Amino acid sequence: MRIGISAASKDLDALLDPRFGRCPYFLIVDTETKEFEVVDNPGNMAGGGAGIRAAQAFLQLGTKELVTGQAGPNAFEVLVEGGVKIYQAPQVKISEVIELYKNGDLKQITTPGGRGRGSR
Amino acid sequence: MRQLVVTSGKGGTGKTTVTASFVALAGGLVIADADVEAPNQHLLLHPQVIEKKDYEGAKIAVKDPDKCDQCGKCEEYCRFDAIQELEIDETRCEGCGVCVFVCPTGALRLEDDTTGVTMVSETEYGTFSHALLDIGAEGSGKLVTEVRKNAERLVQDEPLLLIDGSPGIGCPVIASLTGADLALIVTEPSVSGRHDLERIHGVTRHFGVKALVCINKWDLSQEMSEEIEKYCAKEDLCVVGKIPFDPEVLDTIKKGLPVKNLLKTKAGTAIINMWKKVEGHLFKEIINWRR
Amino acid sequence: MKLAVLSGKGGTGKTTVAVNLASSLAEKGEKVLFLDTDVEEPNAGLYLKPVLEESLPVTIPFPEIDQENCDYCGECANFCQFNALAVAEGVVLTFPELCHGCGGCVLVCPKEAIQEGKREIGVVEKGWADSIKFWQGRLNIGEPFAVPVTRYLKNGLADVQEDIVIIDAPAGVSCPVIEAVRDSDFALLVTEPTPFGRHDLELALKMVDHLGIPSGVVINRAGKNNDLISELCQERNVPILLEIEFSKLLASLGSIGVPFSRVLPQWQDRFWGMYQSLKEGCPCAS
Repeated sequence: MRIGISAASKDLDALLDPRFGRCPYFLIVDTETKEFEVVDNPGNMAGGGAGIRAAQAFLQLGTKELVTGQAGPNAFEVLVEGGVKIYQAPQVKISEVIELYKNGDLKQITTPGGRGRGSR
Repeated sequence: MRQLVVTSGKGGTGKTTVTASFVALAGGLVIADADVEAPNQHLLLHPQVIEKKDYEGAKIAVKDPDKCDQCGKCEEYCRFDAIQELEIDETRCEGCGVCVFVCPTGALRLEDDTTGVTMVSETEYGTFSHALLDIGAEGSGKLVTEVRKNAERLVQDEPLLLIDGSPGIGCPVIASLTGADLALIVTEPSVSGRHDLERIHGVTRHFGVKALVCINKWDLSQEMSEEIEKYCAKEDLCVVGKIPFDPEVLDTIKKGLPVKNLLKTKAGTAIINMWKKVEGHLFKEIINWRR
Repeated sequence: MKLAVLSGKGGTGKTTVAVNLASSLAEKGEKVLFLDTDVEEPNAGLYLKPVLEESLPVTIPFPEIDQENCDYCGECANFCQFNALAVAEGVVLTFPELCHGCGGCVLVCPKEAIQEGKREIGVVEKGWADSIKFWQGRLNIGEPFAVPVTRYLKNGLADVQEDIVIIDAPAGVSCPVIEAVRDSDFALLVTEPTPFGRHDLELALKMVDHLGIPSGVVINRAGKNNDLISELCQERNVPILLEIEFSKLLASLGSIGVPFSRVLPQWQDRFWGMYQSLKEGCPCAS
């Protein structure tokens, strides 16, 4: 299974970044082989609407599973419309996030969290 | 780590002074001045700047006059009156890119525009994240986000991120408030103080941030103070502090003394008591997804 | 004459100066229009207590998608600098609160599937405070864009008959302030004799210089020693037009919403005198 994770830096030792919209990278990981690719999150640089920009970019990656800390209402709406399932994980290493995901320990988020910073 | 934002509906209520006193009281904190449009905290904290970065806060249309054939389409389509007599008015351009799109000769492009600087500084009390916006620069909401991001990056094991919030109810305020664990609204006993308290309370409620209230210079009008307290009781807002008017505060500030001297004043005693209550709310009651 | 009252920081007494000036001039028989452009915190009305007769909605456009004609190509979302649109599978989502209303998405859509609706972001209210014509703008809570409200408010100025327009500007030096102050004949900069006041006055001076508007300073809560401000004014060659000494009486009148010049006639004369001297100093006044 390929899953996307919001990450603070570019490898499996990186911490999960709890902010979906303004995380610097998405790590797209194959949960079986642990192979991964790193994608810059354009939302990180957005003046406003970071969550929307991030969600739009995430949809283009094709994976339907996302692990993050929190997605704001705007990002949430775009992701859900795009058929993405969102799981919540604590701020731990990406390698641990993968284990949590595989063991089914992650809770799916079904409601958006607090609005992101800088709603404009 | 908890995030406390000290904010106010209007300026000049003493938000910066309250924040500075908290700085002296908290021990172990990172400080952020999110009042990017009128940053004052640096005047009190005497920071040593250790990192300075240009802040590219906006996009702006730029014209190549050699390619322009003066057709005027840009002017016609710009909704912000930012192009007049074919010249771009930088104070009005919102960087939307419509002129770039409609220009038939490719004479226009969008460029990143430096609209301020962000700074990280050392102070006697902790690391300090702040910024300075250019005159009339847009996008202060994004800059607030940047200042907060710098501050969050600086937090190691400090239990508190203390944010001097932006006054008002617009974009920068929203950016400074949301994501906070707790907001302390500093108001003053006047008709406008009361009015603005209601508006900023509306914003905190809108964004689901728990708010406490401090009435500064409360004894300047006991009548208005009572009215504010009544409003707070009705709205279930906790008034955690009433600070008396104290000319010594101003003296301390005018002399440029360290902020811990603020605590020695009469007002300082009230602030110390208030801090204990705020600390209680901040570290006990808040349930938040962030760890 | 358009006279903007502003301050680099909030809480310096900008509104106090503006309302006292307006009511002093009105008492002396001048026809005054008062414009509260501090749309995030319109407070002047709390002092002037106008009767508001008209309320006009301020709207900005936002995109409405004709899902029938849309083929989800994503051009609109791609174009939008403000991320106010997103294209998911088989649907275009719009986020009106992020939309600046530039109209770009309508222009780029190859299927002509976007129209514009209107969204209310605030109101402009008009009325009278005794003989003072009074207009104010109010931004709805949670709305980030103040400038369109200010602009709408100032658009009405083209047709007014009043000789004196007093513009109570927002605090600070951001975009909405520039919009409020732009095209004024004179700027009255209100400050206080503290390091904060001085710092923010410097910013305000930079702004009015940038806009090419002549200015003068009012020191509010003045004390025995106002060197912090007077040195700066001397350096910049800006006149100090009025000093309002700190007194508990003035503060308490202010706190209950009474312009102090109404009960203390000597202040009426001082504001009148200030107006006369700034008129002389202002090249554009006739």
